[in-house]
Amino acid sequence: MKKVGKFIYIGLIFLFLYLPIFTLVILSFNDSKNPSSIWKGFTLRWFEEIFSRSEWMEALINTFVIGILAAGIATVVGVAACVGIMALSRRQRIWMLQLTNIPMVNAEIVTAISLMLAFAMFGISLSRGTILFAHICFCLPYVILNVLPKLRQTGTLAYDAARDLGAGPLKAFFSVVLPDIMPGVATGFLMSFTMSVDDFVITHFTRPSGINTLSTLIYSQQKVGIRTSLCALSTLIFLIVLLVLLVRMFVMNRAAADKTLKGGT
Amino acid sequence: MANILELKKVSKSFDNELVLDELDLEIRENTFLTLLGPSGCGKTTTLRIIGGFIKPDTGVVLFEGNDITDLPPNKRQLNTVFQKYALFPHMNVSENIAYGLKISGKSKQYIQDKINYALKLVNMDDYGKRDVAQLSGGQQQRIAIARAIVNEPKVLLLDEPLGALDLKLRQDMQYELIRLKNELGITFIYVTHDQEEALTMSDTIVVMNQGYIQQMGTPENIYNEPENAFVATFIGDSNIIDGVMVRDRLVKICDVNFPCIDEGFGQNKPVDVVIRPEDVVLDEPGRGQMDGVVTHLIFQGVHYEMEVMAGGFEWLVQDTVMQPVGKEVSLRVDPENIQIMNKPASEDEEAIVVDV
Amino acid sequence: MFKKKSLAGPYMAFILCGTIIPLLAVLYFALVDKNGSLTFANLASIADPIHLKALGLSLLLAFICTVICLLLAFPLGLMLRKSGGNKGFVIFLLILPMWMNFLLRTIAWKILLQKNGFINMILTSLGLGELDILNTPTAVVLGLVYDFLPFMILPIYNVMIKIDNSLVEAAYDLGATPFKVVKDVILPMSMPGIISGITMTFVPAMTTFAISEILGGNRILLIGNIIELEFLHGGSRNVGSGLSMVMMVFILISMALLNKFDKNGEGTVV
Repeated sequence: MKKVGKFIYIGLIFLFLYLPIFTLVILSFNDSKNPSSIWKGFTLRWFEEIFSRSEWMEALINTFVIGILAAGIATVVGVAACVGIMALSRRQRIWMLQLTNIPMVNAEIVTAISLMLAFAMFGISLSRGTILFAHICFCLPYVILNVLPKLRQTGTLAYDAARDLGAGPLKAFFSVVLPDIMPGVATGFLMSFTMSVDDFVITHFTRPSGINTLSTLIYSQQKVGIRTSLCALSTLIFLIVLLVLLVRMFVMNRAAADKTLKGGT
Repeated sequence: MANILELKKVSKSFDNELVLDELDLEIRENTFLTLLGPSGCGKTTTLRIIGGFIKPDTGVVLFEGNDITDLPPNKRQLNTVFQKYALFPHMNVSENIAYGLKISGKSKQYIQDKINYALKLVNMDDYGKRDVAQLSGGQQQRIAIARAIVNEPKVLLLDEPLGALDLKLRQDMQYELIRLKNELGITFIYVTHDQEEALTMSDTIVVMNQGYIQQMGTPENIYNEPENAFVATFIGDSNIIDGVMVRDRLVKICDVNFPCIDEGFGQNKPVDVVIRPEDVVLDEPGRGQMDGVVTHLIFQGVHYEMEVMAGGFEWLVQDTVMQPVGKEVSLRVDPENIQIMNKPASEDEEAIVVDV
Repeated sequence: MFKKKSLAGPYMAFILCGTIIPLLAVLYFALVDKNGSLTFANLASIADPIHLKALGLSLLLAFICTVICLLLAFPLGLMLRKSGGNKGFVIFLLILPMWMNFLLRTIAWKILLQKNGFINMILTSLGLGELDILNTPTAVVLGLVYDFLPFMILPIYNVMIKIDNSLVEAAYDLGATPFKVVKDVILPMSMPGIISGITMTFVPAMTTFAISEILGGNRILLIGNIIELEFLHGGSRNVGSGLSMVMMVFILISMALLNKFDKNGEGTVV
């Protein structure tokens, strides 16, 4: 009896989380411009509309280019920063981590307007570049927080051993340290990319009019009225997210399995 | 003495793998009983069934004659000391010890007195206000014991409590536990895979393997008269040799007749013969019961351990006198040091997979 | 190992230009008027009844949302912890909706809640009448809970499954009832997860403008909506900055209260 109740509770929560998404997916095949209308037959035209309209394609390209650049730059800068932070004294390091935490705990809208004001103050007009800069800023903490603990775990021993065996500092870093912290680096990059692609608030305030990412385009489209094409977009995004997460789970499981294999005697 | 605990035909399987098979066990009041066996033998499962953390698939558990099989752990009059101490990290030492007493609604004064008493008992008088995270492994273990015994359980269950400690500390704690047991006058049920620990502390040892009790008895009993090959190999080192019982009091090993003291095995019956390495006496060639050559030699502190090839069998021998490798020797075994065991009748009974 | 502090240089530059200077800019704009002279009028503009109402509503809705999320997430964490299950798969199921664009997820509720939408279709066919909550605070709370529930569940679940089961067994062993085990052991040990769950829910819920805009129409104005209007729709940046500073103060007060509650919570365990 208790077990049944538990099962129902867990089921209801997940139903609550997934029902709206599944509704969107189903409605995206509905042959009606208004998504909340009753079923009018199966169609794929809303998917065609997404792919045929240049505004959606542009937004898509903007989103992914900014996402990859922001995550990439944040990863390089962040990993270098972690190495640098290791050389700092304990006190300095705590300071750095406090500063790193600010964008994480700050309200997004405050981060957004603060960047907007800073750009305005220095006379920088908004462009794709300002969006990119803003994205790098909020991605950096994710890289740091994923890489620094790994780097601490790795510690100095492997690096020192490599140097002792005659490797130069760069060679030692790339051949010994980097492979060891790679899981953290990869997670940092992936999280950054996701945050960037998913971001709405900060882009909303740091973009010039006329330049859209998917999020800002969705926002302005829904203001005009929700068309069924938004449902089609949801379906696409859901499928992509599903795919990415499945791959990630697979990779993580493989890594875990490798680890236990190596760990076992 | 009455039985404080009884397990009757208790079986348990996990994921279709039988861990306990119709286990029967009677535990007398005020004994120090050890469940001993390799990992996976069912000893911890037995303890957890007694503690109430696992329900047996079949069978009953009796506590002072009452069926407690379906009683949850919080309603049982026994307490457990867990393998990794399981101290509550968000409470300090005193709060940990007081937890069970608070649950049962004891007065503040009573609780304070009990805390002081328990801390004194485990030699940790001034540690009441400490954070548990600041304590060493050995200290945490003492607090875990204190936390259990303040509730005055009739039975204390200890699940490999010394497993995480280093050797020296482990030995100290063994004496502590014996002292505690004597001071408290309650029943201890102790789980370990360490045969030395079991031999040192227990009144009664239950040797388990693959869900069966292999032998139950006093430490001397278990060590000197192992009932089967598993017990003989698991407890201490031993030579287990195929032999033939020629008749009562005479066994043929490696084609040599050895007088022994066992009777009732019948005539010309194949048996397993157990001889402890310290019971093999080496001498000049020709003087003993059979001749051989020393093949290995290791110094082990209190004695030398040697292997002697004789009669086609490699004999393990421990002696304080060294014989160099290659030396020809003779060996002799006194009749009372030869232990005869029946060959296992079935695969099931054999159960001699030792993986420690 | 690494002696190169300078490697942190580019990052320091990003912190300086991307975090510190911008925040100082907000402070500056909040304290000056259009002509650049010092004024407290921007901060004081919170007293404007519209602003005050928006701030109050934001605090209220965020509070309700956080409480509902906590009440839903804590028992769920307990159940998931007990049922064991595949940890990776559970986390996968929780992350999946989180990774969906939150605007689309919010829009989904707008579609569902519409007068002739899916939910009303079911309700009327069951003869239960119509639900007309779109453009009300109820709809906004629903959207907030929906969007932020995973942010509450995930940290709580993560902390809970790490609690060593032998601690739970130890509490049972010492006589605790299942309720006491939760109250004395699991709850205090889950506190870090609960705190970060509350933070991750309350702050975004209180400062959102998109969710209230989508599900509240133009009728529900939260403090985030006011700030957005001031910055992007012809208002005053100075007033917007002033209101942001006030909002920040309220967030900090809330977090301070939370920390105080946390310490009290720990104290009551004894």
